[in-house]
Amino acid sequence: MTSDPLISLAGVGKTYGAIRALRDISLSVPAGEVTCVLGDNGAGKSTLIKIMSGLHPHTEGEVRVDGKPVALGSPRAALDLGIATVYQDLAVVPLMEVWRNFFLGSELASSSFPLAPLKIKDMKRIADEELRKMGIVVADINQPIGTLSGGQRQCVAIARAVYFGARVLILDEPTAALGVKQSGVVLKYIARARDAGLGVVFITHNPHHAYLVGDHFVILQRGEAVLDKGRSDVTLEELTTRMAGGDELAELSHELGR
Amino acid sequence: MSSRALSTRFLARPEVGALVAAVVIFLFFLIVAPAFRTPQSLFTVLYQASTIGIVAVGVGLLMIGGEFDLSAGVMVTTAGLVASQFCWWFGVNLWIGALLSLAFCLGVGFLNGWLVMRTGIPSFLITLGTFFVLQGANLGVTKLVTGSVTSPDISQIAGWDSLGAVFSSSFRAGDSTIWITVFWWVLFVALAAWILTRTRTGNWVYAVGGAPDSARAVGVPVVRTKIGLFMAVSFLAWFAGMHTLFRFNTLQAGNGVGNEFLYIIAAVVGGTLLTGGFGNAAGVAIGAFIFGMTSLGIVYAGWDPNWFKAFLGVMLLLAVLVNLYVKRVATSRRSSDDL
Repeated sequence: MTSDPLISLAGVGKTYGAIRALRDISLSVPAGEVTCVLGDNGAGKSTLIKIMSGLHPHTEGEVRVDGKPVALGSPRAALDLGIATVYQDLAVVPLMEVWRNFFLGSELASSSFPLAPLKIKDMKRIADEELRKMGIVVADINQPIGTLSGGQRQCVAIARAVYFGARVLILDEPTAALGVKQSGVVLKYIARARDAGLGVVFITHNPHHAYLVGDHFVILQRGEAVLDKGRSDVTLEELTTRMAGGDELAELSHELGR
Repeated sequence: MSSRALSTRFLARPEVGALVAAVVIFLFFLIVAPAFRTPQSLFTVLYQASTIGIVAVGVGLLMIGGEFDLSAGVMVTTAGLVASQFCWWFGVNLWIGALLSLAFCLGVGFLNGWLVMRTGIPSFLITLGTFFVLQGANLGVTKLVTGSVTSPDISQIAGWDSLGAVFSSSFRAGDSTIWITVFWWVLFVALAAWILTRTRTGNWVYAVGGAPDSARAVGVPVVRTKIGLFMAVSFLAWFAGMHTLFRFNTLQAGNGVGNEFLYIIAAVVGGTLLTGGFGNAAGVAIGAFIFGMTSLGIVYAGWDPNWFKAFLGVMLLLAVLVNLYVKRVATSRRSSDDL
């Protein structure tokens, strides 16, 4: 492993006008590790994603990619640095075929001339191969991606990011809308991406999912990091308790007492 | 895990409903209207279809890209008026007027697209605005220039013959008259089909219509693509305007109002989804052909042509229902594929 993490954040904060969404976040994403960011709704998870994926620039602190300070101005700029984000609800265009979705925004054409033909055969073959490599077998690469299950769609989006040279993969609640079995499939791909040497940022509110694959855990609450520990220093129980608000949960269990 | 059933794949194609409807309507008029059975009338139908179909192709592309253009109907008239009155007033070659008109129309198309993307206001409202501006300006400017609502005679100005050859020539084949617009229409449909299915641009058109935020997140230039689509519509409106001008010489400044709906109907009847992301060029062409068949078929059958619009309305409603069904079939998830 190199000395510089792929992305590191130092004292990063973000304000929207008078509203402070994020305060003093420090985080580093090394290659070949899964960094889990946990938090309840409104804890600042999506703001953090937006900063790292180039949708909204940060207003405080420093973001470094490969040790160099950067200000990510657009998703394209982040992609060019090898930072790919897979959004829970923005992963794919449902009515388009699987292979068109796989290459969307990075199509293979014989030239950059607007009327130049796409290399459709190559695109279909590569999409199929890459999906098989990840263990995703679709019945027909020509079917609209909307006909796939939610888990498969997430996996196609992850496979796409990996194929197009992502070094950092930011996953926004990839298991939130999925059933148990499908979540398992997505977690397997997360592990596979990690083994392939990618730095993975796994954003979730499910500590069980996080603990299955995570190497490092950060819990956000009201825009601040309240826990920041490596896997060896934390138990699933601690994660679960802290996620649920610790004392509040104890109080709740007392109240409901049964 | 077999490959998708052939019938499902066939039914999920956008133009299938329109194709079935076209065949039924064609047979219907063959039976009820004897005058419909001649080759001459087929070419008349094709001509009628081409005058709507040329602009409808662009409107279809735009609708696949998730936007509307209500200004396309009057823009056809605007295109003709700009060319004709500029050349008449300044006494210059009609080619100059035609190019000026092209630049003007592309400018309006750009403005439509830019305003929609810049403000986030639905294109329905933005283009409703330009629709009224153009409609008023068509009449106002024509009255200022000529003192009436009819554009001047330009048939003596240089360039009339050559432009006429490009935009509104015809030739005879046997007893039939074949207009050049039919060929232009076929060309534009073929070009649109190529763009949609075979190029990167086409991929982007489907993506910005189907899920613009997802498209942006993977690096598709959404703004550029949508503005380009508005400009494509205005280019085709200009083209149709040039045909009308060089076919009829003088134009009524109030014409074109209402045609924007014919373009939209052709696109929807052809299987284009109103919400964007689905449709194809062949479907829109079939939609325009259905328009041509019914508008003339009713006349050939000797019925009151006023019924034509009622008929179009019914077609539109049926098409919307079929489209809804097709979309459901196309995206229905089969439980066997679930992991």
